[in-house]
Amino acid sequence: MAEKVLMKGNEALAESAIRAGCRFFFGYPITPQTELAAYMAKRMPKEGGTYLQAESEIAAINMVYGASACGARVMTSSSSPGVSLKSEGVSYMAGADLPGLIINVQRGGPGLGSIQPSQSDYWQATKALGHGDFQMIVYAPSTVQEMADCAYNAFDVADKYRMPVMILADGMLGQMMEPVVLPEPKTELPEKPWACTGHKFEREHNIANSLYLTAEELDRLNVERFERYEIVKQNEQLAESVMVEDADIVVVAFGASARIARSAVVSARKEGIKAGLIRPITLWPFPTDAIKETLGTAKVYLSVEMNMGQMVDDVRLTVNGQAPVEFFGRTGGVIPSPAEVLSKIEEINGKVGA
Amino acid sequence: MSRELRVVLAGFGGQGVLFAGKVIATAGLIEDRELSWLPSYGPEMRGGTANCSVCLSDEPIGSPLVLDPDVLIAMNQPSFDKFVDAVVPGGLIIADTTLVPTIKERDDVTLCMVDAQQIAEAAGLKGLGNIVMVGKLFEQTGFCERETLDAAIDHCVPPKRAAMIEMNKKALELGMNA
Repeated sequence: MAEKVLMKGNEALAESAIRAGCRFFFGYPITPQTELAAYMAKRMPKEGGTYLQAESEIAAINMVYGASACGARVMTSSSSPGVSLKSEGVSYMAGADLPGLIINVQRGGPGLGSIQPSQSDYWQATKALGHGDFQMIVYAPSTVQEMADCAYNAFDVADKYRMPVMILADGMLGQMMEPVVLPEPKTELPEKPWACTGHKFEREHNIANSLYLTAEELDRLNVERFERYEIVKQNEQLAESVMVEDADIVVVAFGASARIARSAVVSARKEGIKAGLIRPITLWPFPTDAIKETLGTAKVYLSVEMNMGQMVDDVRLTVNGQAPVEFFGRTGGVIPSPAEVLSKIEEINGKVGA
Repeated sequence: MSRELRVVLAGFGGQGVLFAGKVIATAGLIEDRELSWLPSYGPEMRGGTANCSVCLSDEPIGSPLVLDPDVLIAMNQPSFDKFVDAVVPGGLIIADTTLVPTIKERDDVTLCMVDAQQIAEAAGLKGLGNIVMVGKLFEQTGFCERETLDAAIDHCVPPKRAAMIEMNKKALELGMNA
């Protein structure tokens, strides 16, 4: 097995993306994501790749569009306010069926907000990063190792479905160091017969475009795209379930807050409270299968988030009235303590009379 | 010796608290344990203070943010004042008295006062007060094997500053004997 190294989450994302064959990085600095860009600036030239600090986030995402249209493995990264700026370009990528990786190392919002960790871009990432009917596949790693694993796989998934993929991290995961085993560099990358690489009079033009002036044609394309999304929903859901088999209280939490929720669940078990944890690893597609497996045994669900309550909507849609769904959150960059999550579990346990 | 260690290291920017935390974390890496290292990166960094949380454990680590440390390593007065009451009863506080002149006594924790920066400077190791403190932490808790500590230094000092390796190891020794 490869050697374990100590790395920041931001650096692990960058190194792993390079090992996944990413050779183009376009970005613009913003805390708490900047180490990722800095790492790319140092490493990309050594791999024969391109690191470019664009004049703005908007320029960067349009460079991603261009490189992707030419068939390259390409990414950009930013933090919340910068990701908002990229939204138009991501919508264009979705409309042109272009793969690419967008990383959001979230900070508190709205507006310029804070620079501390947050999960308040859940809705943006999973519902509507930009205008129009489209989805991105969204990964929510919760360890530095998972940061590396998600970045490594994201390009394959993006290419397979020709979709933009997002890794939704946060300032805590980006800044912290943990041991990580980095993956082996990929040597075989998929063919992209749709890419605009020059037809040399040997084939039809390939065109990367999101403009369709005929209503029926755009209607057909949207329906086709959503058929593809259904396949993604069937194939790509990922979640980790911990002690849920006999759990009365199922906590649902992702990313950084899942780490805290896990500590709280372990403490609750020591008190004799039957608590468990479902940790979505994909936020879109939302891991409905993992949650549905607990319907009938769970008496109540508790969504723990670093926002005012966003993923709780998807938990409620999945549970569909079959059990109460509670929420606990902190915002603005405050990381909840395991003790306050445990208090909430204890309070709920009193109510359900388990 | 407790197998789990949750430390807050705090001081002025430039005193090397983040590096000291990295040495502790690297000792955990070498011994193949669970660990996390989380720096402060907020506006306080610009205001001159820096801190980091380090956890070593045999179980997966939940929150890497240590709110109630087993050990506080305080390298200046504001950091001591900020974290002194957060340390768990039975915990350990190591204060660098060079810059922590006013000690708030607590009778439920072990308090070690080390004149770390002075000790380092007197030995010609200016700027290695942070590593003196790590040496003291090792002497008090035995958080890793002795040889692991030296290996962690080898690991953390960048190759182009290799001359610093022996100086860091000497600072560790000074801390252990302080």
